[in-house]
Amino acid sequence: MIPEYMSGTVLEELPEEKKEFSFSRRRFFKVFGKGLVVLIVAKDLFSREALAANPASAAIPENQVGAWIHILEDGTVKVFTGKVEVGQNIRTSLSQAVAEELRVPLSSVIMIMGDTDLVPPDGGTIGSRSTPQMGSQLRRAAATARLALIEMAAKNWNADPKSLQANQGMVIDPGANKKMSYGELTKGQQLLLHLSNDVHLAPANEWKVLGKTALKINGDSFVTGKHKFVSDMKVPDMLYGKVLRAPTYLSKLISADIGKAQAIPGVTVVRDGDFIGLVAANPRIAEKAIQMIQAQWDTIGTQPSRTEIFDYLVKNGNPRRSVANDLEQAFASADMRLKNTFHVNYIAHVPLEPRAALARWEDGKLTVWTGTQRPFGVRQELSRTFNVAEDNVRVIVPDTGSAYGGKHSGEAALEAARLSRAVKKPVKLVWTREEEFVWAYFRPAGVIEVDSGIGKDGNIVAWKFHNYNSGPAAIDTQYAISSQENSYIPSKTPLKQGSYRGLASTANVFARESHIADIARLLKKDQLEFRLKNLNDQRLKAVLEAAAKAFGWNSNMQSSGRGYGIACGYDKGGYVATCAEIAINDNKEVKVIRLTEAFECGAIVNPGQLENQIMGAMIQGLGGALFEAVDFADGKILNHRLSLYRVPRFEDVPKIDIVMLNREDLPSAGAGEAAIIGVAPAIRNAILDASGIGLTTLPLLPDSGFSIKI
Amino acid sequence: MLLTINGIKHEVNADAGASLLSVLRDDLDITGSKYGCGEGACGACTVLVNGSAIRSCITPVSLVAGKEITTIEGLEKNGKLHPVQEAFLKSDAFQCTYCTSGMIMSSVSLLMMNPKPTDADIISAMNGNICRCGTYPRIIKAIKLAAESQNK
Repeated sequence: MIPEYMSGTVLEELPEEKKEFSFSRRRFFKVFGKGLVVLIVAKDLFSREALAANPASAAIPENQVGAWIHILEDGTVKVFTGKVEVGQNIRTSLSQAVAEELRVPLSSVIMIMGDTDLVPPDGGTIGSRSTPQMGSQLRRAAATARLALIEMAAKNWNADPKSLQANQGMVIDPGANKKMSYGELTKGQQLLLHLSNDVHLAPANEWKVLGKTALKINGDSFVTGKHKFVSDMKVPDMLYGKVLRAPTYLSKLISADIGKAQAIPGVTVVRDGDFIGLVAANPRIAEKAIQMIQAQWDTIGTQPSRTEIFDYLVKNGNPRRSVANDLEQAFASADMRLKNTFHVNYIAHVPLEPRAALARWEDGKLTVWTGTQRPFGVRQELSRTFNVAEDNVRVIVPDTGSAYGGKHSGEAALEAARLSRAVKKPVKLVWTREEEFVWAYFRPAGVIEVDSGIGKDGNIVAWKFHNYNSGPAAIDTQYAISSQENSYIPSKTPLKQGSYRGLASTANVFARESHIADIARLLKKDQLEFRLKNLNDQRLKAVLEAAAKAFGWNSNMQSSGRGYGIACGYDKGGYVATCAEIAINDNKEVKVIRLTEAFECGAIVNPGQLENQIMGAMIQGLGGALFEAVDFADGKILNHRLSLYRVPRFEDVPKIDIVMLNREDLPSAGAGEAAIIGVAPAIRNAILDASGIGLTTLPLLPDSGFSIKI
Repeated sequence: MLLTINGIKHEVNADAGASLLSVLRDDLDITGSKYGCGEGACGACTVLVNGSAIRSCITPVSLVAGKEITTIEGLEKNGKLHPVQEAFLKSDAFQCTYCTSGMIMSSVSLLMMNPKPTDADIISAMNGNICRCGTYPRIIKAIKLAAESQNK
């Protein structure tokens, strides 16, 4: 079953089940031990209305994020949240948020994450929302707990709470020279509090734990190989699963001879409608057995191939435009008109850990360990597919080998659960790289038409921007344009598509910033000056100026065989500007020499991890900018291996400079996504500067006649 | 066949053609080495055989019988991390960390052959290892840090 959000339309935010977490105080303390708990009640989590009312960076009202903090009798602080760790280091930065407001050492905070039996429902680790939403709520909850602990100590000592302080997991009475640890205070208590919205949070300029670099808190378990990713896990009696895959997306199973596979000792073949899978005691046997199944497939229907995809997306577009009345008039009044059509290919996430799941049924209850960004979404998929109550499904997500928006779904979880239910034993299923390429989902392809009218004075007076299929993220322009229309036009997609780091913001910013570069060039204006002149958003201007300064941008930059480009954009609370320098030779071989990026996402939570995220996004962005594209024809993915699909490697990385602007006066926003958006247009504009050729397709190379020089 | 892994001998009953990676992970439950591509193109499965980095996902187990196999689990000595492990930790040279075992093993192999690698040496030696999270500059930093501490 394909989840709704993956069929055709790309939704930026997913609808989530509306379910209140039933929280019994008695049960809680019985299960988790005594102490003090501050609860963030989960109510109407992540409803579309709530999301619309609360863009990622805005403060959110009470009761929107579900989580709790538990201070145990030994002073340990446990934080329960449905967020998951996929490499963005949210485990570390949420720990910092709690440690900051609770005034405890970072090492005393333990995060319990992504286990649907232990944590309250959560809409998923998506959309750069963990920092602005979960982070700020956890800070409030921790501050509530701190005040409660101070009150408890004050009662104990018969002191004025105002005269007491909290520090390093202790409440201190400096006047009386007394102190008591949080553990002593919570001993024997069964205290349940609700988060208070009135608590005073430490302003960023007074932060002691937040705002500082903290290394990945469980880093040692990874450098020693001790951490168990799902693909590493083993439970008693576990069997290894394998699924028979169709040769193309258009294949329908006619018949299958499973006799030879079934005859292998220890192999059990499972048939369930069109689903054929098997289990064996060893994955090598499972692999061998699956190859021995002789299946007959029929081909149904047709699908466009990569060569036709862009025409197909436009032809099947389903416009929902509302054209501004004055737009045509504005175009008529313009002195110049410029039109471009941009194309963006499908690309693959290629998380280095392919999908994996370990499923176990026990007394009608299903437990699945799997790497997903939406443990509660996958729980719902499992519950519906197997017709078991959600309470009888437990999804556990150990720290996972990356996702980048590519693991919203639970394909491997469903398959492992199906096999496990049939054979009544735990089953682990680890997708091959080829399965991950073919049977997961892709970042959408898209066609973007941009049409602009420009006045003699250099003002943009009319703007029409149509995005077919790739999505609405960051579609609105920050440029001051009196008359404009920006629309996302859903279309039909032959390939399964879904979220991706930044999703459509990369495509939209690529098209917009390329087109802006073309206008500036038409007007013979400096690229930086033209942008600054036409932008009103001060935060965007600030990153532009910071990037340009660090890069050494000036309007007289000219060097034979070199090109310079600049681009800027905003997405999900992050402001970004990127400058690129490229070298080009007579054979049209391009080399990216350096990239400079300025990034601002409010008050910086953890500078070291922020830099890591920006760097990572830029390098991942290089792939989609230069060479990543999914090749497909006749319902088949043609480059379904790492030797065929190129991702950035060590040798592809140019010199990278990063400027991080710390706006301590603003709330912290997520940082995992927006940093990707400036790379492609900056490089495109640098190639334009050097060659006079304005490329219009992502990836930029090599189909354009340009190629890469290493 | 008899395999010597991290100094310990293991009797293994596997087809000669089975990959070393599969035998490590599935037969012996030594799971620090990761599967990433199955064709030697990503380096997540890198282990040392007689001190040289190899891709265990494309190495038939029969080829390494009787040789010294070192995996990520074997780098720690007497409770002390290998300098390369230390350097990766200090440099936070990872994000999701799925590539980390392979990165560390390739780095250890590089530093054994070339104790003072230049950036260009590192890039050329490490180019077969993919970090999809893009932490390459930090990995280069970590390798240089490890080289410094080893050369002290």
